[in-house]
Amino acid sequence: MTNFIRLIARNRLAAFGGIMLVLLVLLCLITPWLPLDDPNITSPENRLKPPLSAGHLLGTDALGRDILSRLLWGTRVSLAVGIAASLVAAFFGSLIGIVAGYFGGRTDNTMMRGIDMLMAFPYILLALAIVAVLGPGLMNALYAIAIVNIPFFARNIRGVTVGIAHREFIDAARLSGKGHIRILASEILPNVLPVIVITMSTTVGWMILETAGLSFLGLGAQPPQADLGSMLGEGRRMMLNAPHVAVLPGLVIFLLVMSINLLGDGIRDALDPRLKSGALSRPAPFTHIRRRQVPPENGSAANALLDVQDLHTHFEVGRRTHRAVNGVSFTIRHNECLGLVGESGSGKSVTALSLLGLVASPPGVITEGRIALEGRDLLDLPHRSIRRIRGRNVAYVFQDPLSTLHPLFRVGHQLIEAIQQHQAIPRQEARELAVSLLDQVRIPNAERRADQYPHELSGGMRQRVGIAMALANNPQLIVADEPTTALDVTVQAQILALIQNLRETKGTSVLFITHDFGVVSQVCDRVAVMYAGRIVEIGPTADILDDPRHPYTQRLIDCVPRLGEPNNEPAAIPGLPPAADALPEGCAFADRCDLAEDACLRGDIALRATDSDRQVRCIKPLGLPTRQGVMQ
Amino acid sequence: MSKPLLEIRGLTRTFGGGRRWFGHDIPGVHAIQGIDLDVAQGETLGIVGESGCGKSSLARLLVGLDTPTAGQILFAGEDLQALRKKDRYALSRRLQYVFQDPLSSLNPRKRIRDILAAPLRHLRGLEGTALDRRLSELMEVVNLRPEFISRYPHEFSGGQAQRIGIARALAAEPKLLVLDEPVSALDVSIQAQVLKLLRRLKDEFDLTYLFISHDLSVVEAISDRIAVMYFGRIIEQAPSRRLFHSPAHPYTRLLLDSAPVPGGPPIRAESGESELPDPLAPPPGCSFAPRCPKAEPDCRQAVPLLDTLGQRGDHRVACHHPIEGPWRRLDTQEVNETANE
Repeated sequence: MTNFIRLIARNRLAAFGGIMLVLLVLLCLITPWLPLDDPNITSPENRLKPPLSAGHLLGTDALGRDILSRLLWGTRVSLAVGIAASLVAAFFGSLIGIVAGYFGGRTDNTMMRGIDMLMAFPYILLALAIVAVLGPGLMNALYAIAIVNIPFFARNIRGVTVGIAHREFIDAARLSGKGHIRILASEILPNVLPVIVITMSTTVGWMILETAGLSFLGLGAQPPQADLGSMLGEGRRMMLNAPHVAVLPGLVIFLLVMSINLLGDGIRDALDPRLKSGALSRPAPFTHIRRRQVPPENGSAANALLDVQDLHTHFEVGRRTHRAVNGVSFTIRHNECLGLVGESGSGKSVTALSLLGLVASPPGVITEGRIALEGRDLLDLPHRSIRRIRGRNVAYVFQDPLSTLHPLFRVGHQLIEAIQQHQAIPRQEARELAVSLLDQVRIPNAERRADQYPHELSGGMRQRVGIAMALANNPQLIVADEPTTALDVTVQAQILALIQNLRETKGTSVLFITHDFGVVSQVCDRVAVMYAGRIVEIGPTADILDDPRHPYTQRLIDCVPRLGEPNNEPAAIPGLPPAADALPEGCAFADRCDLAEDACLRGDIALRATDSDRQVRCIKPLGLPTRQGVMQ
Repeated sequence: MSKPLLEIRGLTRTFGGGRRWFGHDIPGVHAIQGIDLDVAQGETLGIVGESGCGKSSLARLLVGLDTPTAGQILFAGEDLQALRKKDRYALSRRLQYVFQDPLSSLNPRKRIRDILAAPLRHLRGLEGTALDRRLSELMEVVNLRPEFISRYPHEFSGGQAQRIGIARALAAEPKLLVLDEPVSALDVSIQAQVLKLLRRLKDEFDLTYLFISHDLSVVEAISDRIAVMYFGRIIEQAPSRRLFHSPAHPYTRLLLDSAPVPGGPPIRAESGESELPDPLAPPPGCSFAPRCPKAEPDCRQAVPLLDTLGQRGDHRVACHHPIEGPWRRLDTQEVNETANE
């Protein structure tokens, strides 16, 4: 709750609206105890006094009634009617929406068609018709406005409920023995409540306006009772000789509705999970770079395609710093495939995205390191040059092609766009190239497939399109982030074969990110194992799989069930990886490692070379002086 | 052999379809097509298949989240649909379900206490101190610290959340647990923890498991018997060892050939399109025939039925031309030997 208030207070306009509304509501609440004249007592001798006259701070109206008093009492009435109407509309509208959305099918159809009928009338006409049937009066105006607004709630809430009713926790509740009523009240309602509150906060102001409108037309509050709309209506007749009679209630309506709407928008922003998760903050096109010193150029990696040294990428959220990538160094040679293996949260994807400044900023910041592509430090280049490298020298393939391909454009169109971004060739030529790319990734009937939309393709086909797009400009390096994790094994086998084939024919280098050692041993020449934002072991794939040096690598390999060896029971690693905003001193794996000793918990443990091309970050690496292949 | 705990006979589920006022009737999609399956008390039956093969639809039918179009499910000799008509909670007391995504199966706005208390209250009628005692028992059984009970789901990691999902299923004291991809959303190190827990619980509470997964190695590690599904049908079914030793259906062999093993030999990729047939216009005959390297003309005419293979009677396969002999892939040992020579 305090968090919620803080969120609203951070939004200046909403805070302003909130304070104004609180003041207005306070004034209304204490009105009966204020030394005010009776709002309904007429005194014809005092009629139409201007503001600031003696005894009448805001003057009097045509019947000599005190305007200040009438304004305060009138605001009370308008606020009460507006809030009551939105509560009634919210209750019935939400009830219809929840029931229709949860049960679906015929219930949904019947109820929503009824709502559609209600919406088919222009709604001020509908309100007028309802008042005409019920007769004028404040209560009837309230009913009319509530009824007119029910469809608005019903449709909003139904939409949200449909999304929730198919979530797994509803099934789980059903299996826990809960009946429909219980599920509606205790599972669905708490989850749609924020939406109901948001909808209410944005409609209360509107409802006050509508009540004022009906009263203005003489259908709401009946004389002598004051409400803001009827005061406005009475004042209108003497707009020229006594403008204050109409202007003052108009001003109050304006202030009231504006403060409610500003606060309502603030509440929506604070409650809406989509906005909370940062959809409103616009990430910069490049990750912020804040390096204090640049690591010196390392001569040993002169012939490498990509050389990453001591890369640090942090996420700064509030006062916390999540050290997602915490000093990663590796090189990729020409035509090599390096695997980056780790569990979720180990920093492997952030490493990959940091290469071309694709980490969302804010909150991401690259604080240290050097990323050299053929000797050029990418972190030093102007943005324009980086943009030229993206997709041309280095291309990405992501896990879920459905979310990376644009759903509204044909795949051929998207390929042509990728080609023309970097190559100045006419569209017809680009199209031919696109079709030949689809051919290269073994999409049958490439010519026809190019004219299809992403949703018309199967998951495997979509991933092939993703790879074709990465290949569009003959990149030197492809960064593949879990490209087969979402696919079935038979399709995975094909995609892996395709990547292997492309490496052979095109000489591309690949950075292959995955959590699966089986996949690693199929495609990677070398592998780097990541844990808590650092590489703990790096070396040739076969050597690491046969003879791991780091205890974490060893345990990670041991906990994978191996096909064809049912007796080999996977051994679990106890505990959880450390949180990225609270990394321990020393080895991050120490508290899960059964070989840990005091020295493991102190100081910084460096990545050191054990064999000619292997490095490990451990003070007592496993099985060192043994011949490779003997260890089992 | 004693009577099986769960008997599934001719189970079918069709989605959509129906009559139109004009024109042809709308064809339905057959998610499950006449499945026959027995599960014995105390065994773990693994169900393997790729996405879209109907394994999750089967799971939902068993626990009563969906109603079959045709066919029968008998649990300890009683018909589940008839049982359900008499008592709405009858199914949930006998069979429970563990979901794939541990976090989305927990209501984000409820504390763990409320989530676990629901089945105890509604299915077992516990209240007051008995309820509290059972709650702390459940937390202990799945190795969660007792103070976790007053937290919200988002405060847990995937592995912990899955333990809560398992505890909720156990709360109803079921005889049979349907586990729908219970470890595929978890990291490998956590996956092994959960598999270990599942094995322990099975012995402790004398449970029967129906373990659904797309991951062959996980299924092999936990199952006594395995059924392979393709396009809504069971195409092969055998004791775990036997299935991996000599798979008879070409699709089972394809699955085994495609699965990469750490340090293993290169996997074999299928040439051609590896796509499921269009569910609205299924091919005549065997649904795997269009992809099958060994398909003969008769495969495209008649649907092969699940038939016993060999003399032992526990290996059944739905194929007109089953492959005989053991399945071989160079294992790690041999690769090392050749490397050392």
